[in-house]
Amino acid sequence: MLEIKNLHATVDGKEILKGINLTINPGEVHAIMGPNGSGKSTLSYVLSGRDGYEVTGGSVTFQGKDLLAMEAEERAAEGVFLAFQYPVEIPGVSNTTFLKTALNAVRKHKGLPELDAMQFLKLIRAKAKSLNMNDDMIKRAVNVGFSGGEKKRNDILQMAMLEPSFAILDETDSGLDIDALKLVADGVNSLRSPERSMLVITHYQRLLSYIVPDHVHVLAYGKIVRSGGKELALELEAKGYAEFGSPEAA
Amino acid sequence: MAAIATLKDLYETLSPGLPGAGAAGLDRLRADGYARFLADGIPTPKVEGWKYTNLRDLAGVSLAPAQGTIDSAANTDFDVPSVAPGETHRLVFVDGRFNAALSAVGALPQSVTLDSLRGLIEASPATAAEVLERFPAPKADTGLRVGPNPGRGQALGLVGLNGAFLAEGAVLTVGEGVKLARPVEIVFIATAADGAWHPRLLIDVAAGAEVTVAEHHVARGGGATFANIVSGVRVGEGAILRHAKFQEEAETALHLASVTATVAASGTYETFVLTTGGRLARTDVQVRLQGSGAQTRVSGAYGVDGSRHADFTSLIDHVAANCTSREVVKGVIDGRGRAVFQGKIIVRPDAQKTDGHQLNRALLLSDTAEIDAKPELEIYADDVKCSHGATAGELDEEALFYLRARGIPADTARALLIAAFLDEVAEEIGDEHLRAYATARIQDRIGRLTGITVDTDAPVLGE
Ligand SMILES: Nc1ncnc2c1ncn2[C@@H]1O[C@H](COP(=O)(O)OP(=O)(O)OP(=O)(O)O)[C@@H](O)[C@H]1O
Ligand SMILES: [Mg+2]
Repeated sequence: MLEIKNLHATVDGKEILKGINLTINPGEVHAIMGPNGSGKSTLSYVLSGRDGYEVTGGSVTFQGKDLLAMEAEERAAEGVFLAFQYPVEIPGVSNTTFLKTALNAVRKHKGLPELDAMQFLKLIRAKAKSLNMNDDMIKRAVNVGFSGGEKKRNDILQMAMLEPSFAILDETDSGLDIDALKLVADGVNSLRSPERSMLVITHYQRLLSYIVPDHVHVLAYGKIVRSGGKELALELEAKGYAEFGSPEAA
Repeated sequence: MAAIATLKDLYETLSPGLPGAGAAGLDRLRADGYARFLADGIPTPKVEGWKYTNLRDLAGVSLAPAQGTIDSAANTDFDVPSVAPGETHRLVFVDGRFNAALSAVGALPQSVTLDSLRGLIEASPATAAEVLERFPAPKADTGLRVGPNPGRGQALGLVGLNGAFLAEGAVLTVGEGVKLARPVEIVFIATAADGAWHPRLLIDVAAGAEVTVAEHHVARGGGATFANIVSGVRVGEGAILRHAKFQEEAETALHLASVTATVAASGTYETFVLTTGGRLARTDVQVRLQGSGAQTRVSGAYGVDGSRHADFTSLIDHVAANCTSREVVKGVIDGRGRAVFQGKIIVRPDAQKTDGHQLNRALLLSDTAEIDAKPELEIYADDVKCSHGATAGELDEEALFYLRARGIPADTARALLIAAFLDEVAEEIGDEHLRAYATARIQDRIGRLTGITVDTDAPVLGE
């Protein structure tokens, strides 16, 4: 599904990713944990194609294709999805307009017929309902005036609509209340399938008890310094990241 | 301006043939206008309020009456724009000339009149002159004699030029307490390759009355035409006037408009101006809030590209106490386009409890796009709430990435963000017909600017 080889990336001339190696097979859920500023969000932006993140070495292959050669929208259309650590507010663009445009762009790319307004509405209503989002929220401007947790749910709604084959969840659990966390986890779990993979970035083991990962990695100072099974998350929660050194050591 | 000598000929040749020529009142109005034009001329960048909009190009513009290539009296094939097709009271002008065949005034309640100025003059020059004089005259300065700055007025040269050729235009009067259900439309269609028109638009809404007016300026094959429009607006006590102007002329057209409005106690004047056409288009709106509790909402949206120029200039004059004004002007500038925003709020000594807000935002899509923004507050009362803000920026990169990360192609994402930026101005419009039409026209313009059709109409939820 996804193969990251010796990935190096800089932001504003500063090297943030210093040789990431990671292979994610179809159906697998990988979790990434790690100290603040270690490069987790940077990795997710590099994978989703954000401008300003310069890849200075290595490769990323997604479903056999060179992911790094694609524009952000192409990656999305090919099935890469990023649930943002900080979802963006877009005044003046309604959630429905946004999602309908996005969904139809992705469907077009896949050679599927576009959905008309009624088909789209039916679909979004059903998906929103399962995330406990009401009509008002899907009508409003994208994330504008949404609470922190509502924004996260909105991102998951987008994921549910676009049905990506590879989803990166960047701290989707932060800011969610206990009930919302369960809803979001249910939403994510319902998308789990043998063809779909996920990369879950989190600081808390709690999320991983809902979305149980196949592998857990520690990203520290731009490198994956340790990998293990789901029990690694528990260990990290108990011991912290001290053993992985300091920025100078990296 | 090279054309002044020719203008003298033009004036002398045309005057005798204008409707009502020889009638004392009208002759005097025209002579006054002509004299005013000779005295003030075309404003130069030295004139206050004209620093950023240079009319030197007017020198090459034909001031002769536009001659359409189409027999406009007989032709009824035009695609006449409308905010509510078939459901408005409308007057149509082709190349500046009233066109009865295209007009459809329909049934009006008693005490409401909607006439072409030419029609009024032909019926009775004396009455027409009286009507014309009833409206607030544009003033060269605001008459304010306190403070360091007497306050910018309107370009009387242009108003004079309009007066010299006074013949065409529209007069709407709405009697006391009448709420007109259907919008009134005043439509100008340009078909000529060049030439000028100088219409006068007069709107008088009596106490307690309510009306919506949409003004359209469009080209149907028109070229480098010059529209020099002077409008007078009176909003009576507790009356409501919603007035929208859609300026969508040819890319080579010139459009200059001076609007002077007075609002009596508790009256409301809402005006929206969309500027998407013309190589140079300027709307200069002056609103005098002269009775306690009067309100105005002035909003504008513009889009310029190429080397086109759009100017939105306003003066909101708080004369009386307890008045509110809100102004929101936003525009998108691409290529070597240039925009000007000048917004002045004056709060006179008696205008206590004034609430005045002004916001101007420009979206610059290229490195060569330019905006000159000049917000000004002049406050002579002490118990007031006033604010203004001006920003100019580029498209939000984060928002752009968010949209693209969901699969939306970059150019569509840009178009969506531009539409969202301008739609916010449309939200300022109270009347739903006007608002929906404004949104549609904005989307049409963005479609032509970006090559992308965006549909920001969210599917209707809830039924
Ligand atoms: N535009 C930028 N210019 C300079 N440094 C940047 C820029 N963006 C990110 N960084 C730096 O890159 C490093 C990695 O940031 P990143 O957001 O990837 O961390 P993270 O692992 O996601 O942290 P957190 O757990 O706090 O979310 C940080 O030190 C950050 O300050
Ligand atoms: Mg992060």
